[in-house]
Amino acid sequence: MIGLALFTLFPTVMALVMSLFNWPVFGNRTFHGLDNYTRLLGDPVFRQVVLNTCLFVLLYIPLNLVVSLGLAAWVSPQIKGRQVFRILFFIPVMTPVVANAVVWRVMYQTGGLLDSLSQSVLGSPAPNFVGSSATAMLAIVAMSVWQGFGYNFLVFSTAIDQVPRELLEAAAIDGASGSQRFWRVTLPMITPSIFFATTLTLITSFQVFAQPFLLTKGGPGNATATMVLFVYNEGWRFLHMGLAAAAGWVLFVIIMVITAIQFLGQKRWVHYDT
Amino acid sequence: MTPEARTSPGRRIAPRGHRSAWLRLLVSHVLLVLVALLFAAPLVYAFATSLKPQNEVFTVPPTLVGSEVRWDNYVEAFRFAPFGRYFLNSFVVAISGTAVVVIASSLSGFAFARLRFRGRELLFVLFLGTLMVPQEVLIVPMYWLMQTLGWVNSYQALILPWAFTAFGTFLLRQFFLTVPAELVDAARVDGAGPFTVFFRVMLPLSRPALAVLAMFTFIAYWGSFLWPLIVIDTIDVKGTVPLGLSSFMSQQGTQWHLMMAAAILAMVPSALLVVLLQKNLVRGLLTTGFGGR
Repeated sequence: MIGLALFTLFPTVMALVMSLFNWPVFGNRTFHGLDNYTRLLGDPVFRQVVLNTCLFVLLYIPLNLVVSLGLAAWVSPQIKGRQVFRILFFIPVMTPVVANAVVWRVMYQTGGLLDSLSQSVLGSPAPNFVGSSATAMLAIVAMSVWQGFGYNFLVFSTAIDQVPRELLEAAAIDGASGSQRFWRVTLPMITPSIFFATTLTLITSFQVFAQPFLLTKGGPGNATATMVLFVYNEGWRFLHMGLAAAAGWVLFVIIMVITAIQFLGQKRWVHYDT
Repeated sequence: MTPEARTSPGRRIAPRGHRSAWLRLLVSHVLLVLVALLFAAPLVYAFATSLKPQNEVFTVPPTLVGSEVRWDNYVEAFRFAPFGRYFLNSFVVAISGTAVVVIASSLSGFAFARLRFRGRELLFVLFLGTLMVPQEVLIVPMYWLMQTLGWVNSYQALILPWAFTAFGTFLLRQFFLTVPAELVDAARVDGAGPFTVFFRVMLPLSRPALAVLAMFTFIAYWGSFLWPLIVIDTIDVKGTVPLGLSSFMSQQGTQWHLMMAAAILAMVPSALLVVLLQKNLVRGLLTTGFGGR
């Protein structure tokens, strides 16, 4: 209890306080009111990292959901060895993100797996995935989907298992085809899981850090710098703690607003009757 | 599920005849295996690379096995960088962190589920509210707190700050609530105090939930990167495995084969836990309501 107060509640309040100060790691701190926030809003780099983060989320969320839901529907109870798929897909979710990123770094490397495949199959070298601004973000998204969809896959897969069999059989007897059964019965039945997964994935994807840090260092230029990378750079490379805290708060507010919109919108499409 | 449905799922779901359904299922299986292979390709590639001589890492066309299989790479990785130290640090931090989290959240989860005290509901809502605050907001003041306590570059800074999250408490509170009240009452009638109820009734019953929590916690500590990156200065002494890997990549960028060996080793504990606790994983997702439906 005391631990929580000391390590969670207190820092939250302090984050707000610090964001109002000019707070160097060492030396004198001075009260600046909302200066840090106005500086952020006027900072073209900050604007770009916000846009980069949103771009990442916009690419990552649909891909993750389509892949995990599609595969979960495909690996239905009729498929043998589905537990193997569940475990396999779940492994990169759990292995250290640094280890995953290091592996993908080598794959993306000139001469790495993708380049080497492209040379031998297509006869031409692959683009420099992490080095060009056109592909760097896509490279990060691809790696993130590979790493992350296993969680949602497990959520959807267990939810599909719980759809009452009688419902599906009744639909089949009424002449519904396989795809009709999926779209009309299974999908509406698992909307609570989809809501849960979307909300959680949204929250975590706004906090993406390790992938750009390790794959591209935010580059080329600032093309793949995300908000958390900005917080890290400001706070621990340029030692502007106050600015870093303010950027953290902006991120928090964005996440809160989007989560709130999600919760308000859920009545339209989430079915809670069982 | 009815027993009937379990014995003949194929015919029940696809009434159009045996043969075509059987064929479709076969095609489905083959395609799925291909998907699985594609998915596993990065892992296989990493493992294959970790066993190659350095000058054969980048070959066209890619090969699965080099001219020799060098298990020595795994030994050499430990000579090239203090990976022994990193692994030791990671195990110490992850195990003690997991212990703290399991103890703290089972106690507070029990308090919120079964003890009556003033302001319980308000405190719980406050508790849940902290779940929404992302780590990124907290790292700046947390770092300042570590500076004030003189904990920068210390083991306790790696272990304690994130050990008191509401996630574990919430998980176990929900589980404790599912324990029938009659069981607790019966124990009380037999003269058990809150601590006896906790240790003799609640904990033994909640082993699956505890296992899930311990597993998630261990894995989180094991893979944690941002916070160690910030709070640890002397990576060679206090660094964890992710930190070591990351610094190895920036300093020894050309030792790809050794890097892959270290990455594979870093993955092994997490992957093993997933395989070992597979049943509890799904059960945990379901019992705690985290499965959504």
